Amino acid sequence: MSEGHSTYTPKTGLGRWFDARMPLPRLVYDSFVAYPVPRNLNYMWTFGGILSIMLVAQILTGIVLAMHYTSDTNLAFGSVEKIMRDVNSGWLLRYMHANGASFFFVAVYIHIFRGLYYGSYKAPRELLWILGCIIYLLMMATGFMGYVLPWGQMSFWGATVITGFFSAIPLVGDWIQQLLLGGFAVDNPTLNRFFALHYLLPFMIAGVVVLHIWALHVVGQSNPTGIEIKSKTDTVAFTPYATIKDAFGMIVFLFFFAYFVFYLPNYLGHPDNYIVANPLKTPAHIVPEWYFLPFYAILRAITFNIGPINSKLGGVLCMFGAIAMLFLVPWLDTSKVRSAVYRPWYKLFFWLFVADAILLGWLGSQPAEGSYVFMAQMATLFYFAFFLVIMPVLGLIETPRRLPNSITEAVLEKNKGGSGHPAGATAAPQTKG
Amino acid sequence: MSATDIHDPNRRDFLYVATGMAAVVGAGAVAWPFIDQMRPDASTLALASVEVDVSSLQPGSSLIVKWRGKPVVVRNRTEKEMKDGEAVNLSDLKDPIARNANLPSDAPATDANRTTPGKEAWMVMVQVCTHLGCIPLGQEGDFGGWFCPCHGSQYDTAGRIRKGPAPENMAIPVFKFMSDTKILIG
Repeated sequence: MSEGHSTYTPKTGLGRWFDARMPLPRLVYDSFVAYPVPRNLNYMWTFGGILSIMLVAQILTGIVLAMHYTSDTNLAFGSVEKIMRDVNSGWLLRYMHANGASFFFVAVYIHIFRGLYYGSYKAPRELLWILGCIIYLLMMATGFMGYVLPWGQMSFWGATVITGFFSAIPLVGDWIQQLLLGGFAVDNPTLNRFFALHYLLPFMIAGVVVLHIWALHVVGQSNPTGIEIKSKTDTVAFTPYATIKDAFGMIVFLFFFAYFVFYLPNYLGHPDNYIVANPLKTPAHIVPEWYFLPFYAILRAITFNIGPINSKLGGVLCMFGAIAMLFLVPWLDTSKVRSAVYRPWYKLFFWLFVADAILLGWLGSQPAEGSYVFMAQMATLFYFAFFLVIMPVLGLIETPRRLPNSITEAVLEKNKGGSGHPAGATAAPQTKG
Repeated sequence: MSATDIHDPNRRDFLYVATGMAAVVGAGAVAWPFIDQMRPDASTLALASVEVDVSSLQPGSSLIVKWRGKPVVVRNRTEKEMKDGEAVNLSDLKDPIARNANLPSDAPATDANRTTPGKEAWMVMVQVCTHLGCIPLGQEGDFGGWFCPCHGSQYDTAGRIRKGPAPENMAIPVFKFMSDTKILIG
């Protein structure tokens, strides 16, 4: 939207020399200083920036941890304990890395739910959304392989279960599983290749993040009203407005992160992972990292054969299907209105979906017995119904509320409605610049 | 450019197609070693057989040996376990195939086909859940056989899947009794 005319004017001779040869300062200025952002962005829009610093933090802590880690099944567990006890500040770097992964996922889930609530995936932002889904997939692969590296019991058995998914594929499944493991069971070749890939994938994520931001800057940011920018009064400059707001969001987020790193460093982990991997003994209760739990619950919910598809393949298909739904969202949602603010029914179902996702997460942490199985089956049914039935049908039958004519009008209307209270104290967050 | 190009395109077309084919074959040939190196290597494939001394196993006790990186259970079943296994109706089984590497691949999953003739008390079985590869716990669950704590699969006293998400009976490896007290697995 703002592409094509740049307001950057180099002030120094060196700046002019650079600009004529490789206009990198111009790109930075146009993207992060003069770039116009909608004036009504709320704090939900700060998570893109938060995710960027989490990625940088993970790469930095990861690189230094790799200098002390050994990816051999006989040495890996000990080398991680050495990092915790002997390496200077090793405990801090490892706790930052392990909790950083969790907080990376906290931020990405808020970011995804933000997109679902405000219809950020709708035309012309489909590709932007899909690039985000690809980043999410890469994050899951990276997180999974990283969890294997300490070579604890959960590492080993998590890797066994997840690579076991591939053996469900008809005909070539066992071959693919052996290709991934480099053997008949999780062993030294598996650990070595997971370490190599765990080091590689974050840089691939960084690459897709560049594409994600590029696509964002072509189509422009969405905003809580879901109305496109129509005039200059609808926007403010990225710097200082969005920069400062993002920075404040990051500080608050890092405050929670630091609390976990220093006071609850193992809260999100599992005690069984402090027992060295034993290929002959499965822990009584295998659970993946918390950020995989909803999908784990879906996997386990399929306990019955569906025609020619056996329960194992069915569970794996449902689990991957649950992620595939996200890729299809731009075309499953038929509503012409973007934001849930103006869609009373969608808003209701959105919050039911959030509750359903949390319920699935909780069920994933419970044993697969008794009434939990039935609950997981119902929650899985709602999960898919939300995407495949509610999203397409609601867009056709729902009567949206009246949309304001512009972002500016929406902001002014909200401020008027808030009169009588101290300005800004009770106003909805989306009216704040 | 000239009339000859239109009337006689074959030579140029052939060169394009041939060059393209060579590039595809070349790319495939270069890619293959990168995929091939991921497959199990020679040391992993070197199939060591394991000899197990089972003289200490009284009825109702088991031992586990590691074979190909996986646990293999050797169990001397009790009278009751054998009776329970024989009493099962084949039509009640989720997987009606014996999955016994010592028998043809379509042998039915009778209790006898899950064991060795004359040694019906002995179960020799890869104790790996056919769902996602966890190690089931022995002598637990509704059927008195094996119970997988990961996703709740239940196996009977002959290691056949009865309930839960696992699709197949647990695998029986190639094995034979060298003597009354020695088993060779693999």
